[in-house]
Amino acid sequence: MSSTRVVVTGLGATSPVGGDAPTTWSALLDGTSGARVLDDDWARDLPARIAAPVAVEPTEVLERVKARRLDRSGQFALVAALEAWADSGLADSGVDPERLGTAIASGIGGVTTLLSNYDKLRDKGPRLVSPLAIPMLMPNSPAANVGLALGAQAGIHTPVSACASGNEAIAQGIDMIRLGRADVVVVGGTEAAIHPLPMAAFANMQALSRRNDDPTKASRPWDVDRDGFLLGEGAAVLVIESAEHAKSRGARVYAEIAGAGITADSHDIAQPDPEGKGATRAMQMALAVSGLEPRDVVHINAHATSTPQGDVAECLAITHALRDEIDQVVTTSTKSMTGHLLGAAGALESMATVLALHHRVVPPTINVDNLDSAVKLDIATEQRSLPDGDIAALNNSFGFGGHNVAIAYRSA
Amino acid sequence: MASTEEIRSGLADIVNEVAGIPADDVQLDKSFTDDLDVDSLSMVEVVVAAEEQFGVKIPDDEVKNLKTVGDAVAYIENAQSA
Repeated sequence: MSSTRVVVTGLGATSPVGGDAPTTWSALLDGTSGARVLDDDWARDLPARIAAPVAVEPTEVLERVKARRLDRSGQFALVAALEAWADSGLADSGVDPERLGTAIASGIGGVTTLLSNYDKLRDKGPRLVSPLAIPMLMPNSPAANVGLALGAQAGIHTPVSACASGNEAIAQGIDMIRLGRADVVVVGGTEAAIHPLPMAAFANMQALSRRNDDPTKASRPWDVDRDGFLLGEGAAVLVIESAEHAKSRGARVYAEIAGAGITADSHDIAQPDPEGKGATRAMQMALAVSGLEPRDVVHINAHATSTPQGDVAECLAITHALRDEIDQVVTTSTKSMTGHLLGAAGALESMATVLALHHRVVPPTINVDNLDSAVKLDIATEQRSLPDGDIAALNNSFGFGGHNVAIAYRSA
Repeated sequence: MASTEEIRSGLADIVNEVAGIPADDVQLDKSFTDDLDVDSLSMVEVVVAAEEQFGVKIPDDEVKNLKTVGDAVAYIENAQSA
């Protein structure tokens, strides 16, 4: 594969802390939590009744008829993609449609469409199942609808690897450009799973925080009192393109997307490898394919979901990957504020990593009142600045199934 | 039983909800596909909503014969009086 340089030229998001990328970034820097108690009737009997819903409903932004033909996850993706596209300037400078692709992932797909149509089937019979149900609920629907909106013809992709899906989509976008299949790829992740069935299932796995009386304190990565993750929803999208293509049109470059490392634990379907060996290899691979050394890395946006086992395993993995250079690395978990967006997590956190390099400031991890003694990293419990000069950062995402995807970014 | 105008008006609201076409544009002489841009999937939604609203059955085999709004209104009127 060629070593074509790839850069990030557009960002978009709709998240629990903001309806667009600038609002989201500003809320992250301020340490704002997007968590709240779900007061809907359907949530009353759930063991975990807290979540981080999007700050702005997509139906307030999208045309009504367009919105009703999309699953909620597709609505989020389209909102984020249209923002990223406008931000990239490509609407004006243009791109050959046959050289434009999309890779937008989801961990669970159109689960709310599937289940609401099942309710209709059970209550009113097959005639009432929507003829739009399949194109709405298929996991590739967000990527395909974004592709339709932007006229992308170089290929539409939807990698599925649970909570690593967003980063895997970004990795696939890099590959498309380096394999010469596209000049521009709209990459990201989306998730809309705040529904009683996934919430009951995650709770029954003992994966969710049950801090129902104090939702903004529920997501507390690396704190001794962490008791599981907080489910978030939303989407983030990045426009990535070959450096040559970006230069030819005079595009603003946020950061260089240097490379991806992808590995599998082969340890357990849901538990992380306790030593984080697969995660270590993913970070090492991301650095190696990017031509980076551990000493270049000054920041990590960690996967750190606020689960007892996962947070510690990742710390070990980071320590093993960066070895003697670990003291200069500022690590944060923006999930402390957004909750865990599952298949959108990697995309949202990659956006935060890119903006951290661009503005040279790291958002805080909130709620670390008592740092777990097993954590030997420099955790940003408040906003931290990053050094001048050429710097690099990593974003980690791991998923049920043993997926590990680390993406390396370099300052522009 | 509803009058022709009541059926047309109810159908217009359904077409507006499903396809975003202004209700005033949904007149008897308009073709669903050529004039109102209602695609085949949206047409299924319109038919199912009309069945619920007007208490009739419109078999799938009949849907292809409902080319204009007037065709659909006439079918619903007949079905209601049957």
